This record gives sequence, C-alpha cells and structure tokens, in this order.
Amino acid sequence: MKQRYVYVLAAILTVIGLSIFAYKWRVLGFPIVEDEETQVWTIESAIKFDSGPGSIKVKLNIPTLTPGFRTHNENSVSRGYGFSLNYPSGGREAQWAIRRADGPQTIYYRISVYEDDTAELSDTTPPFPPPPVIEEPLKTAVDVVVSDVREHSADTASFTTELLHYMNDPSPGPNVELLMSEVESPSDFVQTVTTMLAAARIPARMIRGFRLEGRQRSAQVVPWLEVHDGDRWRYFNPATGEENIPDKFLIWWRGSEPLVSVEGGSNVEFHFAVQEYHLDAVAIAERQARQQDSNLVDFSLYSLPIQTQAVYGVLLMIPIGALVMVLMRNFVGVHAFGTFMPVLIALAFRETKLLWGVVLFTLLVTLGLSIRFLLERLRLLLVPRLSAVLIVVVLLMLLISLVSHQLGMETGLSVALFPMVIIAMTIERMSVIWEERGAVDAMHAGFGSLAIAVFAFIAMGQRWLEHLIFTFPELLLVILAITLLAGRYTGYRLFELSRFKELAQK
Amino acid sequence: MFGVAKQLRKAGILGMNERNADYIMRYNPRRLYPLVDDKALTKKIALAAGMAVPDLYGIIDNQGDVKRFGDIVADYDSFVVKPAQGSGGDGIVVVTGRSSRKRDTFRLASGVLVSEDEIRYHISNIVGGQYSLSGNLDKALIEYCVQFDPVFSEVSYQGVPDVRVIVYRGYPAMAMVRLPTRASDGKANLHQGAVGAGIDLGTGVTLSGVLDSHIVEDHPDTGALITGLEIPQWDFILEQSARGYEVTGLGYLGVDIVIDRELGPLILEMNARPGLAIQIANQSGLATRVERIDEIHDPSLGPAERTAIARKEFGH
Repeated sequence: MKQRYVYVLAAILTVIGLSIFAYKWRVLGFPIVEDEETQVWTIESAIKFDSGPGSIKVKLNIPTLTPGFRTHNENSVSRGYGFSLNYPSGGREAQWAIRRADGPQTIYYRISVYEDDTAELSDTTPPFPPPPVIEEPLKTAVDVVVSDVREHSADTASFTTELLHYMNDPSPGPNVELLMSEVESPSDFVQTVTTMLAAARIPARMIRGFRLEGRQRSAQVVPWLEVHDGDRWRYFNPATGEENIPDKFLIWWRGSEPLVSVEGGSNVEFHFAVQEYHLDAVAIAERQARQQDSNLVDFSLYSLPIQTQAVYGVLLMIPIGALVMVLMRNFVGVHAFGTFMPVLIALAFRETKLLWGVVLFTLLVTLGLSIRFLLERLRLLLVPRLSAVLIVVVLLMLLISLVSHQLGMETGLSVALFPMVIIAMTIERMSVIWEERGAVDAMHAGFGSLAIAVFAFIAMGQRWLEHLIFTFPELLLVILAITLLAGRYTGYRLFELSRFKELAQK
Repeated sequence: MFGVAKQLRKAGILGMNERNADYIMRYNPRRLYPLVDDKALTKKIALAAGMAVPDLYGIIDNQGDVKRFGDIVADYDSFVVKPAQGSGGDGIVVVTGRSSRKRDTFRLASGVLVSEDEIRYHISNIVGGQYSLSGNLDKALIEYCVQFDPVFSEVSYQGVPDVRVIVYRGYPAMAMVRLPTRASDGKANLHQGAVGAGIDLGTGVTLSGVLDSHIVEDHPDTGALITGLEIPQWDFILEQSARGYEVTGLGYLGVDIVIDRELGPLILEMNARPGLAIQIANQSGLATRVERIDEIHDPSLGPAERTAIARKEFGH
C-alpha cells in the first residue's frame, strides 16, 4: 500500500524532473556538457553617405527568416535618427529618418546570429504568381523556353534545374540569347529566372545573403534562387542549377528590392563586416528561452548574482553527497558518526583536496581525541566539556596551520575550512563510543565516516555532474525520487551478507 | 554475492532495512517510543500492569540532585545506575558492594573500586545527556541490582545475564539469553562482545551460542557449555514478554528480562528497535517466524494463549 504510493510519487518526480530537463536540453538548447561554446557571428552593416540639404530617409533590408540560424541579438547605431521597423511583403526593413543632417553620415546595423539546425523556415505558402506582363519579343522567347523546359522536366524541382541549365548554356539558343541580353549581374540573372518561373506559374524569389566564415571585412553578397514546390521552399544555385544552399549561408533579404535606399543623400557606400566569436552556450540558451517567453529561464540559477551562483554551485552538490550517504549506509551498511557528518567533511575536502583532507582530518581527530581523553580525567559537566573540545579543536586547527606554514606546506592552511563544530562533535562521540564499546567500534565508525566522506567527495567533485545539476536543478527531483525508492529498499545490506554468512551455509 | 542474498532470503533471515521499513515503521508508531525509550516510564507502566520489575531506589533528574546520590544508596550495598534513555547498555554501572574499609568507596561488577565522587560524575554525565538517544537531558535511575539465578553462574563473566524475547504483534517470536564476557566488560550486549545463546521457544532450553557473528558452543571465559541450559520459569517469562505488547502497544518489540534468584523473572527494559543478532544465536530467520505470526494472528487472544501458540509453532 505505502509501497505503491512511494513508487507513484517517485515516478511523478522522475517524470517532472526529466521532462523539464529534456525541454531545457532539447528545446531551449541548454548544454549538458560544460564549457560548450557556440559559434556566434556578428554582422555589421555600415551605410555611409553624404547628407543632402533636406530630410533624409534611409531604408535597409534586414534578415527576417534565416534557415539554419537564430538571432542572438540585434541593434542599430545612428546619431539623431528616428528608427522604425517596417514589414513589407516577405521581409523586414529598418528605416532611419532625420529632418536635417550635416556632412558625411554613417548608420550601423548590427546583428548576431548563431547556428541552429532546428531554426526551420516557417514561411507561409505563397500564392501562385500572376502571369508576368512581358513585352514582345521577350514574351515569345519566354514562352518558347518555358514550354521547352516543361517537356524535359517532371516537377517543380526538375523544371527549375532544367531551366537554369538552359539559361546557363555556354552556347545558348537565340531565345536564351535574347533573354540574356539585358542581364548584367548575377542578380539580374536570378531576377530574369524568377520572372520566367512566374510565367510557368511557379512561385520563386531571389534571396541574397553571404557565407559566414571567420572574419570578413567586406562580405560579398551572393544572389540565390528560392523556389516553392507547393510544399516548402527549395534553394537552387543559379549558376549550376543544382539544388543546394552554401554551408553557413545567411539569407539577408528576399526579393528584388535593393538592399539599401537613401533618400536625400548621395555617395552611398555600403559594406558588410563579419566577425566570428564564441559565446557560452548557456547564455545563448537563456537568450533563446527569453525570446520564446519561457518562464523556466526566470528560475535559472544563471540569473543569480555570480557570488550567489558560486554558493549554489556547492549547495546543489549536497544532495549528491546525501545520495552517496544513503547508498553507503542502507545498501552497503557502513557505520558512521551522525547522519550528515561525512557529507560536511566531504564539503571541506573540496577546498583541501582529497589527500590533504584525509591527512588533516585524521590528524585533527587523533589529536582531538587524545586531548579529549585528558579532559575526561577532569570530570567536566557535559556542555562545558563539549565547549572545551570545540575550543581545543579550534586551537589545533590554528596550530596545524601555523606549523604547516612554517614548514612551507601551504595546503595545511586549508585546515581552517573544516567544520569545527562537526569535528568537535565527532571527537566527543568517538571518545564516548571508545569508552563504552572499545577502540574497535570507535575506529570502525570513524573510518566508516571517513570512507563515506571520501566517496561523497569523489561523487560531489565530478565537474560534469556539478555542471549538470547547476544547469538543470530539476534533476534534483530525480535524485529525490531515487532517495524515496531507497527509503523503501528492504533487501539486505552488503555487510549483512557476511554478517549472516553462517546462516546462509546451512 | 547475489547467491548469498538468495540463500539468506530462503533461510528467512530478516535484514536491517526490511526490519525498519516493514516491521518497525508499520507496527511501532513513533508516539509510543517514549514508553520504552524512557526506562523510568517503562518501569511505571509495567508496574501498573502488574508485571515484576527491579525495585527503583531513586531517580536523579537534575544536576542539583546529583549530591542526593549518597542518601539514595545509603541503605544499599549493591545497586545499578543507568540512564533512563540510554541504549544498548551504554552508561550502565553495576555496583556489587562497598569497600569494607571505606563506605563511600564502591566495588563495581568488574571488581574495580571507585569513589562516590566518580559515580557522581558519571550520574552528572547521564543527566547531561551523554548517553541519551536524542542527546537531550536525561534522568539517572538507581535501582535494585539483580542477583542472578545460579543457572547462569557457570556461563557468565561478571555482570548480569538477561533473556531477550522478540515479541511480534503480541506473539513471542524468538528468544535468546545474553551472557556477559570479559570482553563485554560484564555487559549483556552482543555488540560489546557478550555471548548470545538461542533458546528453544518450546522448551526453554538453550541452543548454540553466537560470539561476534560466529557460532560457539561454550563460554569464552569460563569454558562452560552454553548449550542445553534450561531457563527457569520459561512459560512465565514468555507470557510476561507477550504482555509487553498490551502494555506498550508496540507490534515489534524486544523485551529484556533478568532472572533474580529470589524474585524470579523481572522486566528490565523494552526495546522498540531490537537487534537482529538473535537470528544468528538461534540459527534461524526471523522473517519466517513473523510471516507465520501474520498468518495465525488473532487479536482476540490474551498473552497466555498467544504464548502457548508460539511455543507450539516455534518449538524445535
């Protein structure tokens, strides 16, 4: 009956813990491994121009849907300009305006993006384009080429590829030659192809962007062809007809509009500068969670002040130590002083490191015990005696620090980090057990405590575990579930197997 | 390793985790613990139920009263000082007599002479809570020192042997006698090196003994045979133990009884978390027996009837 409640509760806790964990890991992209860094590119676009006499209006197309990338942040720098964002069809446009300006002007727009394969193109399906209005004799040329290509293709994709082959033919037919006569740049070429696709009632548009690779002082904008096959957008290399998109290709804007337009200015200069750097993956995940309005991130430990974070980095490992404690005591059957004394000792080991921790702990307890036996002869009342032991422990810590400093062993100084009250209680309890049950029992429990402390220290010292728990504190729910289950473990302890050995052989 | 666990399971051996989770937590409600954790209280309720207990000479429950110790024991040559909330026999001092030259010098069971001052210091430690389970302030009980029955004189080294009966839901389930040794410093506690000998519930005759989880046939100090001793007034002992269930309400109970040569069996204390070594002493598993009791359990029966059933069920 109770057993079932425990199972159900443990299952619920595990499911809650693991689902929050999975959500943060898979969806928000929190890293499960420490020091995971994400490549981030900052693209800075600078618009330079000379101001004219009147009002100035600058328009810049900026990224909106960027398959393969997510925006980390964006901002613009412009002195005295009013800034607004417009959403013309299929894109985003930044607009700066000022009534009057003198001399050369520079406007910066900066965006940081990072790679994310899950950033899909969530674009709407476009309507079939209206038949373009084309004048003769071009219209005939278009019609002939389109019907030619249609005969050699099966669907939208193959049509596009075939069309691009046609248009790129080094020895073009008269129709293609006519169509190509007005093409002066790759953009013109893509624009012409788009028009021809429209004539075939295939939605298509020009996209322009550039590859993100390392530092680029001036990134070259490349036009690309985007064709909708009724289901999704597909990308075609306008030069070869292959269906692909370059690696790390950031789509800056779509359509045939120019990138920048400056009204009331002259000598417009424009360039993209790309800079690559690395950011902590956690910071990016948090950013993303904020953008998605996820409340979870408000409860992230990374939002706490750095110093508090450091405290929690340690505190959150205590449940791990407690789990080790449960395993050692209820599954193995190790004897120890106090319930959590070994965990606290393990915490002190974090600062002293293992070897010195064990040495200093043993030294402190041994010295403390011998002085405690001297105190026994004085027949002090209980509370004053405990206080005396505590004071002796403090003095011993001081002594060990001073002596080790003199000997040039600075590690000895870290003895000050031991929880002195816990040590004093350990000494007291050990001495009582020593008197009552003999040295063997006292040593037994003493070494048991030390062994648990060492195991707890090893478990709590795992960097990956520390990172995991700190980034995903909800995993503590899973640890709680394990502890609950352990609380209903009714099997034998490991040491009981040898204790009852003689009964098993019967 | 798993093979051993399987064998133990088959032999019906009760493990610590199972004892705690399935029996103590289920049948021993926490609110009843004070009845057995405080020996002064246990003595009171046992007396009220008409059970025989060692005579109480006095209780010292604050540091100011420690000086009253001399007056309390003025008329007695032998007595026992014990913490009311101690566990496992810790903190118990057995005084068997006084020095013939100085009346305020006492002889302990071990033969060591101690001054009244030293005993007062010990009492003050008890009152301060050194031996109490919770570390809280405690009381020191000063009571009659049992003159144990001669049946045990050959098989105990100093100290007082006692009989431990595990009572499950009112039925005696298993019993052993605990014999002090030199190693246990006269204490009847298996942890400290006393010898435990299982007892056939049916006849009250001792089986083989256990020392440090090993099976022994004779006493390590006296060399006398442990097996085959007949415990006197066995039926009465079991019935008194069974009645411990009515008195305390605890379903998983350890009852400790000493047999005085004149007064007969006296209830010394009761324990809400009795140990598991009794299984080794009896070379038999407790799990098998408590499961059997679960089957035959009948709440309408009285202690005497339950004892009779248990003797029949678990006799060899």
